[in-house]
Amino acid sequence: MSAILKREFSSYFTSPLGYVFLAVFYGFSGLFLWMNCLSVGSAEMGGVFVMMFFVILLLIPILTMRTMADDKRQKTDQLTLTSPVSLFGLVMGKFLAAFLVFVCAVAVMLLYALFIASAVDGTGARFAWATFWGNFVGMILMGGVFISAGIFISNLTENQMIAAIGGIGANIVLCLFDIINNFVNIEFLKNIISALSVFYRYYEFTMGIFSLKNVLFFVSLIVIFNFLTMRFIERRRWS
Amino acid sequence: MIEVRNLSKNYGSKIAVDNISFTAEDSEILGFLGPNGAGKSTTMNMLTGYLSSSGGEALINGVDILEDPVLAKKNIGYLPELPPLYLDMTVNEYLNFVYGLKKCKMPKRSHLGEIAELTKIDDVQNRVIRNLSKGYRQRVGLAQALVGNPRALILDEPTVGLDPKQIIEIRSLIKRLGKNHTVILSSHILSEVQAVCDKIVVIDKGKIVANDTAQNLSQSLSAEHKLTMHIEGPEQEVKALLEQIPDMQKVHVNRTVEGSVVEYELNAREGADVRREVFKRLSARSFPILLMRSSELTLEEIFLKLTTGDFYGENGGGE
Repeated sequence: MSAILKREFSSYFTSPLGYVFLAVFYGFSGLFLWMNCLSVGSAEMGGVFVMMFFVILLLIPILTMRTMADDKRQKTDQLTLTSPVSLFGLVMGKFLAAFLVFVCAVAVMLLYALFIASAVDGTGARFAWATFWGNFVGMILMGGVFISAGIFISNLTENQMIAAIGGIGANIVLCLFDIINNFVNIEFLKNIISALSVFYRYYEFTMGIFSLKNVLFFVSLIVIFNFLTMRFIERRRWS
Repeated sequence: MIEVRNLSKNYGSKIAVDNISFTAEDSEILGFLGPNGAGKSTTMNMLTGYLSSSGGEALINGVDILEDPVLAKKNIGYLPELPPLYLDMTVNEYLNFVYGLKKCKMPKRSHLGEIAELTKIDDVQNRVIRNLSKGYRQRVGLAQALVGNPRALILDEPTVGLDPKQIIEIRSLIKRLGKNHTVILSSHILSEVQAVCDKIVVIDKGKIVANDTAQNLSQSLSAEHKLTMHIEGPEQEVKALLEQIPDMQKVHVNRTVEGSVVEYELNAREGADVRREVFKRLSARSFPILLMRSSELTLEEIFLKLTTGDFYGENGGGE
C-alpha cells in the first residue's frame, strides 16, 4: 500500500494536476474569506466553509478522475493487480494519496483561522475555535466522501473526462437529492431522505454542531464507496 | 513450477480458453505458440491473477493463484503484451516503485543495478519513460518483471518491437534466466520459440493443439521436403527436370530473380529428402544452383500439420 500511496501522491505533483488543484482551492478560499470575513470585519468563518463545499464538489472529481481510469487505459493495472498487493491496499493507497493532497489544500483554512484569531486578539472578542474545528473536520470528512466517490466513478471508465463529469454528477446527486423531499408527502419517506442528506449534515458542521453521529455517517460513506470500488475491480476480473 | 489444470475462460458465450492443461517445471522455458487471438494473453492473464478463470486452476509453485493470490503473486514476474509503464516516471523511479510494490527484501541499489545491467537500460535510467523508444520501453517492462527475482517469469511476446540485435540479446537473456527460473513466454513466431524454449505448447482458438518438447516438435515439423531454390537455366526445362524426381509432388515457379535465374518452390513427398537428387540432376545438365534452403513454415502450415496431419490439409482427419 505504501508504494502505491507514495507513487500516486508524487504523480499529483509530477503533473500540473496537483498544483492546479491547490491553486484553485487556495484562490477560492481566499476570495471567500475576504468576502465573508475580511471585507465585513467578521471573525465567523462558517460562511467560507459553506461556499467551499460547492467548490470541492466540482473540484475533487477532477483530482480523482485519473486514479483508476488512467491505470486501465495505460494497462498499468496489469502491474498493480498482478503484484503481491491486496485490493484493499491498492484502493486505500489511491484514496489516501488523493486525500493527502486534499488535506494539504484544506490546511490553508487553519492558516486563515490563525490569522483571524491573532487579528481578533486584543479587541476583546474571541475567535470561536470550537466552531472552527467543527467546520474543519466537517470539510475534511466531506472531501473524503467526494474522493472515495470520485475514485469509484473513475474505476467505471477508461476515460478521464467521463470520470470527471460522472464524478461531479454523482456528487451533485449525493448532496442535493434531498431536494425531492419537497415533492414527497409521506412522512416516513421524508424522514429517511433527510436522514441520508449529505449536505444537511455538512451544514450542521458549519453551524458549529459537532456530533459523532454525523462523523460516523461520513466515515461510513467513505467506507462504502471504497468497498464498492474494490468489489467492482473484482467483478471486472470475473466478467 | 507452474501447473495449469483444465483452465478455461469464457467471455459471455465466447470461449477464449478451452480446458487447457500443461506444466512448466523449474528451470524450464515453456513456449506458448499461437496466432493472434488464440488465447495466449488470456491464459497468461489468468496465470498471473489479472483475470479470473471460468474453470480449472493455475498453481504457481503449488499455490493456487485464486486461493492465495498475494502469496502466489510474490513468485511471479509478469511482462504483459503492453509493458505496464507509468509514462510520467523516470526509469529509476519506476523500478523503485515496482521494488516497493513487490515488497522486496533484497539490497535495493545493487539489485536494481543488476537488473538494469542485464536488460541494458542503465544508460536511460534517469530518462522519463514517455520519451523512450518502443525497444527501451519493452526492456524496462522486462526489467520490471525481474524485480524481486521471482521464481516464475511470464513473458507475453517479449521480443515484439525490438530490432534484430536486441531480439538476439533478449533471447539469450531469457535463455540465461531459464537456467534458474520457470519461464513461460508466448510468441507467434515458430523460430523464436524453437530457438529459446525447451518445451512448446501450441494453442489455437483456445485449445491446445500440441504439447511436446521443442526437439520432438521440431522433428515432426521439419520442412526438409519443402525447398526454395534459385536455379539458373531455361525455366520450362528446369521445371520438367525437377518434376521427374521420384518423390517430387509439385514444382511451383515463384518468380524470376534476374536474367535467367528463377525461384522455384519444391514440394516433395513428406519425409523424403530430395536435396541430393536435385543436385545430381541439375549438375548433370550444368544448371547452377544459386540457392537452396528449406522453406520456413508459416503458422497456418503448422496448424494444418498438427491438426490434419500434413502441410496441405489434403489428408483430412488424422491427429
